[in-house]
Amino acid sequence: MAVGRATNRWALRVPLVLIALLTIAVIVGPWLSPHDHETLDTANALQPPSLATGHWFGTDDLGRDLFTRVMIGGRISLTVGVIATLVSIVIGVIWGATAGYLGGRVDHLMMRVVDVLYAIPFMFFVILLMVVFGRHFLLIFVAIGAINWLDMARIVRGQTISIRQREFVAAAELTGVAAATIIRRHIVPNLAGVVVVYATLTMPQVILIESFLSFLGLGVQEPLTSWGTLVHQGAQVMELAPWVLLLPAGFLALALYAFNFLGDGLRDALEQRYAR
Amino acid sequence: MLHYTLSRLASAVPTLFVVIAMAFFLTRAAPGGPFDEERRLPAEIEARLEAAYHLDEPVWQQFGRYLGGIARGDFGPSFRYQDIDVSELIAQGLPVSLTLGSLALLTALLLGGLTGTFAAIYRNGWLDRALMGLALVGLSIPNFVVAPVLVLLFAVTLRWLPAGDLAGPASWVLPVIALALPQVAYIARLIRAELLDVLASPYVRAARAQGLTTRTIVLRHAVWPAALPLVSYLGPAAAALLTGAVVVEQIFGLPGLGRFFVQGAINRDYTVVLGIVILYSTLVIALNLLVDLLYGWLDPRVRYR
Repeated sequence: MAVGRATNRWALRVPLVLIALLTIAVIVGPWLSPHDHETLDTANALQPPSLATGHWFGTDDLGRDLFTRVMIGGRISLTVGVIATLVSIVIGVIWGATAGYLGGRVDHLMMRVVDVLYAIPFMFFVILLMVVFGRHFLLIFVAIGAINWLDMARIVRGQTISIRQREFVAAAELTGVAAATIIRRHIVPNLAGVVVVYATLTMPQVILIESFLSFLGLGVQEPLTSWGTLVHQGAQVMELAPWVLLLPAGFLALALYAFNFLGDGLRDALEQRYAR
Repeated sequence: MLHYTLSRLASAVPTLFVVIAMAFFLTRAAPGGPFDEERRLPAEIEARLEAAYHLDEPVWQQFGRYLGGIARGDFGPSFRYQDIDVSELIAQGLPVSLTLGSLALLTALLLGGLTGTFAAIYRNGWLDRALMGLALVGLSIPNFVVAPVLVLLFAVTLRWLPAGDLAGPASWVLPVIALALPQVAYIARLIRAELLDVLASPYVRAARAQGLTTRTIVLRHAVWPAALPLVSYLGPAAAALLTGAVVVEQIFGLPGLGRFFVQGAINRDYTVVLGIVILYSTLVIALNLLVDLLYGWLDPRVRYR
């Protein structure tokens, strides 16, 4: 399996480097840029990218510096990704570990709930939530995470069932440790591997949902911006200034690609470990 | 099969009920009424408006009324546009959305199936690597990025195909491709993985030992068992296509249901949003049920789990 291992190493390194670069760029970028992301300068609207003017990615239809906007938008998109993923981890792990550990009727009932929720087209419910409670920034995190925990719950449950058979859990049960404590102290720490892998696969999904909502004008609102909002604004002026569309679109696609790539690689590695 | 059908039905119907109830009570839990504007209406007018839309009744009664209405295909009036029923909007928009969605699904199945099969046959060769690399890229580019880029390339720069406005079959090409591409990538990956599993099975080795060509083995013996899991992917695919259609319709200006949905969402037109959410959920649940039944029929092992 030497070949497999070699490709695996690349399958993890390339996306990791990409993600690291993107994160650094998004954090440091706005400080390096000579412009900020809000100042309007209609005299210089839709300028092409240029090093001389300091508008490295050009300007948008209101003359705002596109480079800084893409970086600031990236901060929001990646933050939404991380926070919504954390929300989905918390709900998914608690739900899955409880169902898997308790088993029997409770397990059956809890997994029925997951099955029922699975059959719902969620994007529409997120939009419904946005309509009902207004387009609140925090709500976006929570709504997306609260809706994306089903896969996590299923995976965690499966893993918990196999951990439950192990000797140290039996030992804890025999010494009379409470179920909640066993789940917290003995089950959850042993779930780390699976959770990390599926969290990596959740990240791109969540970023995608946020940018989808923002694209429709239902997500992040001005003066804040995100990659989805920027793609939307770029699509309005693409005939005059294609770079206003292509640059944020490229960053969004690159981020999604890196996370998908990493998640794929990690999942393969995990499956190989269990297969052995 | 009867027992299996009944058990599937017994799970789909409560799901549908939960969905409708969740959607309905969410909109009723909204802070502020649907008629709150910047300018407050006089109390009498507001009371009459509420009476006209039955908003003065207890919530349970409203829910009962709404359920009764849905059963008759009546989703109530729009809260924003006078004289327009949600059912009328649906009757206008649904055919466009369904055409778009089914064309995209067909394209995705065809292209994705072909790509996945080729990748599996030449596995680990350069063709396989190139196709799967492309598929991972395709998976990472959302509809709402593909669509404007396609317009920019084929409509604005090359002027090969029209973008926007339904005028003849050519105007469907770009929207359908934009909607189908991520699904093509997903299906290609799925088929490749399944086909590799099947190609490693003993009966394929037996066929090879008998001297059958790769072509015959793949086309006659391997493709159909490998395509079976595709059936169960049809449910999620339909959900993804309906969701994607929302942005694609928006970008190409197609008068589909997705556009009404987004406009309704931006105007906070509760009944429109509620009606479309329920309609789409019903479609997806019904399709999942159909897929389950189809799967049970195609693969009897599923029925006895």
